[in-house]
Amino acid sequence: MMEQILANGLYLGAQYALIALGLTLIFSLMNVLNFAHGQMYVFGGFVTYTVVAQLGLPFTVGLLASAVVLAVMGALIERFLFRPVIARSKRDESTMLLAAGIAFFLDAVILLLFGEKQRGVPKVVNGVFNWDMRLIMPYDRILIAALAVALIVGFILFMQYSRTGRAMRALAQDRMAAQLMGVDVDRYSMIGFALGAMLAGLVGGLLVTITGINLGMGGPTSVKAFLMIMIGGAGVISGAIAGGFILGMMESIGLTVLAAYGDVTYLVIFVTLMIFLAIRPQGLMGKPWG
Amino acid sequence: MKRRSFLATTGLSLVLAVTATTAAWAENAKLKIGFVGVTSGPAAAWGISNQRSMEARAAWLNELGGVKIGDTTYDIEIVPFDDQKDPKRAIAGMEKMAQDGIHYVVGPNVDDGAAAVRPVAEQNGIMYFPYAFPKELYTAPASNAILGMVANYQSGPAIYKYLMENKGVKTVAFIAGNESDPLSQRDSGAAAARDLGLEVVSDTVTYQMDTTDFTPVLLPVIQTAPDLLVLSGVSPANAPQLIRSARELGYTGLISTETAQDAAVLAEGAGELANGFISVGGASTPELASDTMKEFVTRYTDMFGEYNDESNTKVYALEYIVETLKANPAAIDNVDEFKKTMDTFEAPNPFMVGDAKLTYVGTTSFGQKRQVSVPLVVNEFKDGKFETLFVAQVD
Repeated sequence: MMEQILANGLYLGAQYALIALGLTLIFSLMNVLNFAHGQMYVFGGFVTYTVVAQLGLPFTVGLLASAVVLAVMGALIERFLFRPVIARSKRDESTMLLAAGIAFFLDAVILLLFGEKQRGVPKVVNGVFNWDMRLIMPYDRILIAALAVALIVGFILFMQYSRTGRAMRALAQDRMAAQLMGVDVDRYSMIGFALGAMLAGLVGGLLVTITGINLGMGGPTSVKAFLMIMIGGAGVISGAIAGGFILGMMESIGLTVLAAYGDVTYLVIFVTLMIFLAIRPQGLMGKPWG
Repeated sequence: MKRRSFLATTGLSLVLAVTATTAAWAENAKLKIGFVGVTSGPAAAWGISNQRSMEARAAWLNELGGVKIGDTTYDIEIVPFDDQKDPKRAIAGMEKMAQDGIHYVVGPNVDDGAAAVRPVAEQNGIMYFPYAFPKELYTAPASNAILGMVANYQSGPAIYKYLMENKGVKTVAFIAGNESDPLSQRDSGAAAARDLGLEVVSDTVTYQMDTTDFTPVLLPVIQTAPDLLVLSGVSPANAPQLIRSARELGYTGLISTETAQDAAVLAEGAGELANGFISVGGASTPELASDTMKEFVTRYTDMFGEYNDESNTKVYALEYIVETLKANPAAIDNVDEFKKTMDTFEAPNPFMVGDAKLTYVGTTSFGQKRQVSVPLVVNEFKDGKFETLFVAQVD
């Protein structure tokens, strides 16, 4: 039983962490709460669905298409929507309203382009790993969790060692100082937003093989992503990862242990989070990048 | 000269205007039918299949020259309103219908929305056709709501009884989303199962509607090893994931639901793991569908790109409205006349083969005829499509 709970928690945590990474990256670079993050995730899922189920191309091509489409979408949104608004308005509400508007807009676009139905693509790998009924995990979930972990590691290495990653970290630490040191703020803000959107799209693409996708999944996904970065600390990479795994584990434990009391898992999670934030409002990992 | 040309121009304009008006009169009058339901968010498929069914059928009837009600021929105009599954929005939608002078509305799709619009409908003389099951909507003193489908407390017992007799089912487990519709369907389903003598081994497990991983949710249910797992009030979006997770956890028993599903969605989301899944539909299977039904499916597909199997049930409401108005033209703006006609109304069912009839039913469940008679077709999913398991009728 315990093995199963842990495995479920790790699987959920890996996908959650990947969702939270994109959100926290955008927040740290631009101080923008991207309410449309969940819709970007859904869009990515539908792109993979279209490529794999409609066009009959391999799953990896679908994933690649999701990454490219969402990166381009993210770059365009930053360049033509957020950048002008940030330049003209000093108030945080302006970008929040813009993000909420984009979320509604994307919902409408998704409905028009992909329709109202739940969509899914065939399993990437068949079969179920069964360890004496103590731990049951379908192979495709193991694969997706491994891919998610690989993407997280790749992302960390990119941020740590690449020139672009270093520039973005400098930007997140101190925008003004980075600018004075010659970092092209506009360019790296756009790259950062594109990267954040791409991560959302990739998770959508990964999960379309398991959970499927529908146009209503955007809002709840954004809410969960915000939960994770609040647990871990907004704007911190390690915080997003920790937040993702903590939420995944809490969900897995709650759903098993509290099953007899009805659907109270998220109630307990929210109450715990309220108490936690009252004690530590900056989350586990505190300030940007640190 | 100038004055004369002015007169001539004015005269000509007048003649043209009168001709244009006459031409406009020659066109059919408009009969507005409303739709208030959910066409966005996770449950969008429910409302969109409603709205599109109505639009496809209305376009078809208009193309045939409109519908003749009394001495007037009408073109049908569908007036949709997305209530976003929010009761407050549903009220706003019904108020909009009242302001537009609409007396017949299809929807809402869920329990709380249907309950919320009741005062607005009753005060403004609107008959409405919800896809929601609370009995108080249809029992006296309520009289303006007409249930647009078969309720789970009507289909559930029929399905359980069939499975007890034909598949030897003895134990049953229920799982439901944490919302009013699925929860009430779970409670009535579990009560019906107990009445039939089934042992209910689990009926407390619920899930968030936005759950993306059902494995941890299903684990405690599967451990009770039921012969039958009922997905109470499951939405088409969640059904494939639940089926898939249950099968991946090693569950080999039967799985059923009392809501309508879409074969394409099941095939994409669960593939062959969905084989044997039992759900409810309208005149869905080839052996039951008439040529009219088949043409409806073709027209719907041409109009919207893809058919939705839920429309097998949802095509009916508009047909009932139009046919009842034909039977009593005085009901066009007077719902009391409509109610009078409902008691004796009968017309051929164009969507089913044989001599099936459109009639109002519900006397057994509600004490009055406040339900459209839709065939209770219980389907089994097999290799990407539905096959008829059995057909029953609600009285």
